[in-house]
Amino acid sequence: MNEYRLRVNGTLYKVAAHPMARLLDVLRHDLHLTGTKEGCGEGECGACSVLLNGALVNSCLVPLGQVDGAEIETVEGLGTDERLHAVQHAFLECGGAQCGMCTPGMLVASVHLLRKNRSPDLAAIREGLNGNLCRCTGYMRIFESVERAASRMNEVHG
Amino acid sequence: MGQEKVVGKPMLRKEGMAKVCGRAQYIDDLTMPGMLHGATVRSSIARGRILDIEFGHGVPWDEFVIVTATDIPGANEIAMINHDWPCLAAEVVNHPEEAILLLAHPDRHLLPKAVAAVRIRYEEWPAVFSIEESERRDPIVWGEDNVFRSYLMEKGDVDAVWTQAARIVEGEYTTGAQEHLYIENNGALAAWSPDEGLTIWGSLQCPFYVHKSLVKVTGLPEEKVRIVQVETGGAFGGKEDYPSMIGAHAALLAMKSGRPVKIVYDRAEDMAATTKRHPSRIRHRTAVTGDGKLLGAEIEIALDGGAYSTLSSTVLSRATIHAGGPYFWPSIRVRSKAFATNCPPHGAFRGFGAPQSLFAIERHMDHIAEALSLAPDELRRRNLLQPGQTTATGQRIDEAIDLEHLMVRAKGASDYAAKRDRFAQENAGPGTKKRGIGLAAFLHGSGFTGSGESYLNSLVAVDVTAEGKARVLVSSTEFGQGTNTILCQIAAETLAIDYEAVEMGPPDTGLVPNSGPTVASRTSMVVGRLVHSAALGLKRTLVAGGLLPQDGYTTEQFVTAARTYIAQYGALRSESRYEAPPGVHWDDQNYRGEAYAAYAWAVYVAEVTVDLTTWGITVDDFVAVQEVGRVLNPVLATGQIEGGVAQGIGWALYEKVAWNRGRMQNNQMTNYIIPTAQDIPPIRVFFEERPFGHGAYGAKGIGELPMDGPAPAILNAIAHATGHQFDCVPLLPEEIFRQMTVPEPKQEAMAL
Repeated sequence: MNEYRLRVNGTLYKVAAHPMARLLDVLRHDLHLTGTKEGCGEGECGACSVLLNGALVNSCLVPLGQVDGAEIETVEGLGTDERLHAVQHAFLECGGAQCGMCTPGMLVASVHLLRKNRSPDLAAIREGLNGNLCRCTGYMRIFESVERAASRMNEVHG
Repeated sequence: MGQEKVVGKPMLRKEGMAKVCGRAQYIDDLTMPGMLHGATVRSSIARGRILDIEFGHGVPWDEFVIVTATDIPGANEIAMINHDWPCLAAEVVNHPEEAILLLAHPDRHLLPKAVAAVRIRYEEWPAVFSIEESERRDPIVWGEDNVFRSYLMEKGDVDAVWTQAARIVEGEYTTGAQEHLYIENNGALAAWSPDEGLTIWGSLQCPFYVHKSLVKVTGLPEEKVRIVQVETGGAFGGKEDYPSMIGAHAALLAMKSGRPVKIVYDRAEDMAATTKRHPSRIRHRTAVTGDGKLLGAEIEIALDGGAYSTLSSTVLSRATIHAGGPYFWPSIRVRSKAFATNCPPHGAFRGFGAPQSLFAIERHMDHIAEALSLAPDELRRRNLLQPGQTTATGQRIDEAIDLEHLMVRAKGASDYAAKRDRFAQENAGPGTKKRGIGLAAFLHGSGFTGSGESYLNSLVAVDVTAEGKARVLVSSTEFGQGTNTILCQIAAETLAIDYEAVEMGPPDTGLVPNSGPTVASRTSMVVGRLVHSAALGLKRTLVAGGLLPQDGYTTEQFVTAARTYIAQYGALRSESRYEAPPGVHWDDQNYRGEAYAAYAWAVYVAEVTVDLTTWGITVDDFVAVQEVGRVLNPVLATGQIEGGVAQGIGWALYEKVAWNRGRMQNNQMTNYIIPTAQDIPPIRVFFEERPFGHGAYGAKGIGELPMDGPAPAILNAIAHATGHQFDCVPLLPEEIFRQMTVPEPKQEAMAL
């Protein structure tokens, strides 16, 4: 057991855990942030996607020992019921979320994409989300959600 | 249609806010004080007798709770249609990954090592792993003949048609197993105390199925068993049957230990051990006239049901009824059988036998068209069912359907005719990228087959909460498809109140009536209709009591009236029970009559490119035109169709289960490939709205329909692109390569 410091969604946490503990487990079990989901445990499905110092990663593949002092963003940090992130709002309106299990990772990947590219075309959206599997939607509603979020964000920020 | 305020509108998903905020609680998000984690020790062989079980060194076994079949207080059986599916193998195993023994421990990290340390010795018996091996009865592994169930469905005088036929066309079509691959694996949490009884929380579709099974396994009285569905991360039929198994396992560990126990499978275990779509082999022999009129058909269906009968008989039933597709057959005979093999049991999966049958008939129609030198769409046009004609079960089509119009729309939206010609010309050139366009016409029966809905006898209630909100009480569950939203829309519309003033009751068998399982495209049409009539009853009570005017009231007035009623009488609740629409009769012995109260109808068009250098296939465009009655929520309905099409594309082109002696070898997302965001073409969805008189606000079933059309449309397009006929799915590049480069007799349908 070692002690690690993590800033998650702006809050500083100290975690005592094995260096090989998966970041996914630390978030879900130690910090009770269960919004981040496990779908496959081998980095294929993207349900566990989080931002690690701004980079999109599968938290099931990240050992805690590598992220001491890191800044983590999860779905819980994107917005609140009262102040939804534009991406959350668009997923709600466009039907981007069905069963909801891929949704947290899909939202995080969408936010990551829109930070890099304010006006992604369809090809860029497909590429930006190709590490996140969805079995319910056939992706069309998700693409539309990201397009709508992008245009809303550009309206607001000019 | 048209004047509604809530129905037909894109109301936001009821539980959507919790889902996009990451607050929705799925089974693996739940924990309880003192909770143990459970794990399953499974068979390493396909078939044999258990000789002994040894607990290996290096594991502190006294810390573990251990359950075997001898710990089962009730019957060692997962209650389905028959009584052959054991909860835990006692002496004999019949498939790889069959559950034999259960372990529980407070530290979930210790479980994998403990599972691996249990050594089981077997006397291995011969087994069968395919339809063909099972057919040969070498050996017999189930019952007297390896056959779970067979049907004979007959209309007209099939034996007389062959001499009248200008052409007789034969073909054989096969489909593979398909994994549901819901993003959330199966899981259940059980808590037990002698006073409060047993409670199971689970990721599941059918709370009362699990209830029935748990009563049987535990021997507890019905009122001592409570099943609660928690947020469920996808199901597609895969959480219809198996939750009874994992729920029972969690319950046995909880009852033995006296502590709450959670079992959540990891992906590899879920894929290897739980159910899949039935593999199929379907043979067609068809008599046609020279001008392309279908005279008669002989169809033979064989399904691989796996080691136990589970739901195979009902999957086979739907396969049988859908075998002739959306065409008028003067005569038709369908013989069908579900065979036992020593694979894990195959189970419910979106479409439930219909995708297999419709793949076969829709590939076969293209073969017939080729034999007659007719265009595939024209052959279909000449045979599409018309109002007043009868289906293969003798059901007269009373709905004012217009399938030709669906085809015209689909062809128009996809530019079918022009592309059919243009691609054919271009493909004759030297380029290595060949393009094709193909279509499929099909139907899907809404609700349970035949007298099924009458047997289910579903009950629905609508009540009001202390705050005066209306509340829908059903056992119908949400797992992404939109149950919560649709049923609240129906109640709000009927009560003439805001959508926000309606909520869903908890999916808890202790609190809701049994509105039946959430399967068979029945929720909108059948359960929705009951919500409608229960809501009407609730409104009538308030109006009759002088608390609410007949119309012209506001939501606030409704809330006040409801609260006043509760203050006076304590509670306000209205129930509605299923009654079959008039004229629905079914002869289960002879498979004659009204197989379904209504059908959804569709024509899908797929456009593909086949690369003759890499043998890769891309789907470039997809048009889905369907008539599903009234569309209750355009965003959710479109999402259902798009998701089903994507799953159908996966079944057609990517999703191959690699079997080795009954065990899935590629039980990982790494090597079982489903479509990603970069594999799916634009899916263009069109609805032809024709309200159905006996569905809620005119709705029919929608959920399964889109699984039926993609595979045949895509393979028809591949035939157009390559000039080669492929009659099996999944169709991977290596199969196209093999068939187009290795010289052998073409596997074309034999045209006599």
